[in-house]
Amino acid sequence: MTFKSIALTAACMAAALSAAVSTPALAQAKEQFFPLLVYRTGAYAPNGVPFANGMQDYLKYINAKGGINGVKASYEECETGYATDKGVECYERLKGKGATVFQPLSTGITFALTEKAPGDKIPLITAGYGRSESTDGNVFKWNFPLTGTYWDAADILLQHVGKKEGGIDKLKGKKVTLVYHDSPYGKEPIPLLQERSKMHGFDLQLIPVTHPGVEQKAAWLQIRQNRPDYVFLWGWGVMNSTALKEAVATGFPRDKMYGVWWAGAEPDVKDVGDGAKGYNALALQHGAEPNSKIVKDVLAQVHGKGQGTGPKDEVGQVLYMRGLSAAMLAVEGVRRAQERYGKGKVMTGEQARWGYENLALDQKKLDALGFAGVMRPISTSCADHRGATWARVHTWDGAKWNFSSDWYQSDDSIIKPMIKAAADKYAAEKKLTRRTPEDCQS
Amino acid sequence: MLYRENGQFKTSYRADQAVFPIAQDRLAIGLILAFAIIVVPLVAPEYLFRAILIPFLILSLAALGLNILVGYCGQISLGTGAFMAVGAYAAYNFQVRIDGMPLIVSLLMGGVCATAVGVLFGIPSLRIKGLYLAVATLAAQFFTDWAFLRIKWFTNDSSSGSVSVADLKVLGLPIDTPVQKYLFCLAFLIVFAMLAKNLVRGHIGREWMAIRDMDVAASVIGIRPVYAKLTAFAVSSFIVGVAGALWGFVHLGSWEPAAFNIDRSFQLLFMVIIGGLGSIMGSFFGAAFIVVLPIVLDNMPYWFGIPIDTALASHLTFMIFGALIVFFLIVEPHGLARLWSVGKEKLRLWPFPH
Repeated sequence: MTFKSIALTAACMAAALSAAVSTPALAQAKEQFFPLLVYRTGAYAPNGVPFANGMQDYLKYINAKGGINGVKASYEECETGYATDKGVECYERLKGKGATVFQPLSTGITFALTEKAPGDKIPLITAGYGRSESTDGNVFKWNFPLTGTYWDAADILLQHVGKKEGGIDKLKGKKVTLVYHDSPYGKEPIPLLQERSKMHGFDLQLIPVTHPGVEQKAAWLQIRQNRPDYVFLWGWGVMNSTALKEAVATGFPRDKMYGVWWAGAEPDVKDVGDGAKGYNALALQHGAEPNSKIVKDVLAQVHGKGQGTGPKDEVGQVLYMRGLSAAMLAVEGVRRAQERYGKGKVMTGEQARWGYENLALDQKKLDALGFAGVMRPISTSCADHRGATWARVHTWDGAKWNFSSDWYQSDDSIIKPMIKAAADKYAAEKKLTRRTPEDCQS
Repeated sequence: MLYRENGQFKTSYRADQAVFPIAQDRLAIGLILAFAIIVVPLVAPEYLFRAILIPFLILSLAALGLNILVGYCGQISLGTGAFMAVGAYAAYNFQVRIDGMPLIVSLLMGGVCATAVGVLFGIPSLRIKGLYLAVATLAAQFFTDWAFLRIKWFTNDSSSGSVSVADLKVLGLPIDTPVQKYLFCLAFLIVFAMLAKNLVRGHIGREWMAIRDMDVAASVIGIRPVYAKLTAFAVSSFIVGVAGALWGFVHLGSWEPAAFNIDRSFQLLFMVIIGGLGSIMGSFFGAAFIVVLPIVLDNMPYWFGIPIDTALASHLTFMIFGALIVFFLIVEPHGLARLWSVGKEKLRLWPFPH
């Protein structure tokens, strides 16, 4: 018997047996398990910590209010350190515990998990990040880039600066520079910016910054020479505050700088202090919301009882709110799934997926949840896994973030064809077929 | 008592030159292989496969490759991550661009491309030695990082720079479940470990070791340094390249250049140093130490049911892991493989040590 045939027989035997052995050991108590991939250490910790605290606080808050129709939410954190291989390990570790949904919190990890989730039948929520083409639920059945993608972000930023110039056609001949984190995250907006630059005739310059982004002297020297009209900042963690410090050093006006929604939170600007005054960033649905009802509720129900995850004063900050609303979306999807599969039952990943695909959070429901003024309605469907693209621009005044624009929505006439093309390319590479209408019903 | 070669007479050259001349060793290896091929797939849970065994096998393979270069030929390299990246991206390109390319062929072609790059970056080793060479191989690391981030052709024009593969098949058999992936990697590892073991005990391996121990003396007795050094680079980068391709294809499934950054190079170098320079066995020990230990440390609080802050757990993991590395290097600078062979020596005298 050659080695190969031994291996083959062993593989066949094992495959047959493992199917029998590995019946999932879920269905513990009546608890809906939410795995939390977080990073509380490493270069991105200043931004990762408030996000993680927000997610955990919301689950505690839901439990304090009696769970999801009586089903308690349980959770476990796993430290990814923003590293893809660590994230994959965490995913494997936590999925065995009956995971409802994963929120990778890193574009790199999202890419890796996108390949694994369909096989494991676990949905992925990437609220405001992840791969843009996964909006197309007909190809990406298990991905949910809820509330918007980077293409939406780039589109809205261009709409905003266009408006400032007095019409988007006035961008012709202007210079826009993208300073981006040199990773899948930072590269995501490039196709859209290139598309728009062809349409409107502005000059796009791309400047990558390598991980973790503390070394940006060369990038800002280029900006100084090139003198762009606008700088878009696609940074995360220490890269944001470093960029602002460099902007101060090179004398680039901060009010011409626009960050994506991951470059517009308190940790990014606090260290720079007055230097960051006038700096703008996108606000994905919400900004800092210290006065919202949900924040008061969380303070009363969770922090008031001494169960707060982080310090009290971060409650209501931008990234904390982002974590809070990410957890809210995860929970509401389960609640929606319960409407179909039985109230008060623990949902499997597959059932929860239906909930995320049929999310219908209208303003009334959001208000009831305490998210009045924090979020705008989200409704997803088979074709649109994004649900909404609402965003505003907010500006740092040296002490806090203030909204400085109206609501925007991205221009679907540009983005839709791009999503379709990219999703088709992905499907062709993976030899997937688009989902049939019947599949959408299931 | 149990482990001694008394009475095992060799009556032919063949027997004398066997890889494992001692019968007990052959038995042990046979048992380990049987355990790895038959028992493990039957009993191990999915988490063990995906998070521990598959990374362990692939990184063992990479450490094996690096050990040939660093341990056997004495050429310190910090470009391992780069050669892994070349292997992974080359294999990806063969897979994507050529329709119907068999998986094993593209993986091996990834290794071939890594060989070419490895030899190219090995050329400076003819002039510079030691730490200076390490710095020169760093260039390979930075160059490939740059190339795979910037040159769109390599990533098939993917907008984000991240590439992915799916639908892996060997001879019509899918490589899909964790068990299949595990056996696939194991098969590669066994073949390459045999290959490496036989190379290092043949005349090529002796040339490498002669160069490592003293290159002037080696060239005086007629060993061509050019040939010896470049073959070491070639063999090493081939194995490392295949390991990189497996890492991308089988373990990650979707990857970006950051998966093969400088940290990966250091990690592999540590594996080789901690496991034991110039030892095939050491590569496995080193990989096990570096891959498995942090995960075990990380999981420890949960197993014992101690609620511990995630950040604290992760800091503790780093501290304990670092302390253990220092401890092992002080206690046994020749690595875990040396501890293993000391153990074997002791076992031969047991239970009557002099």
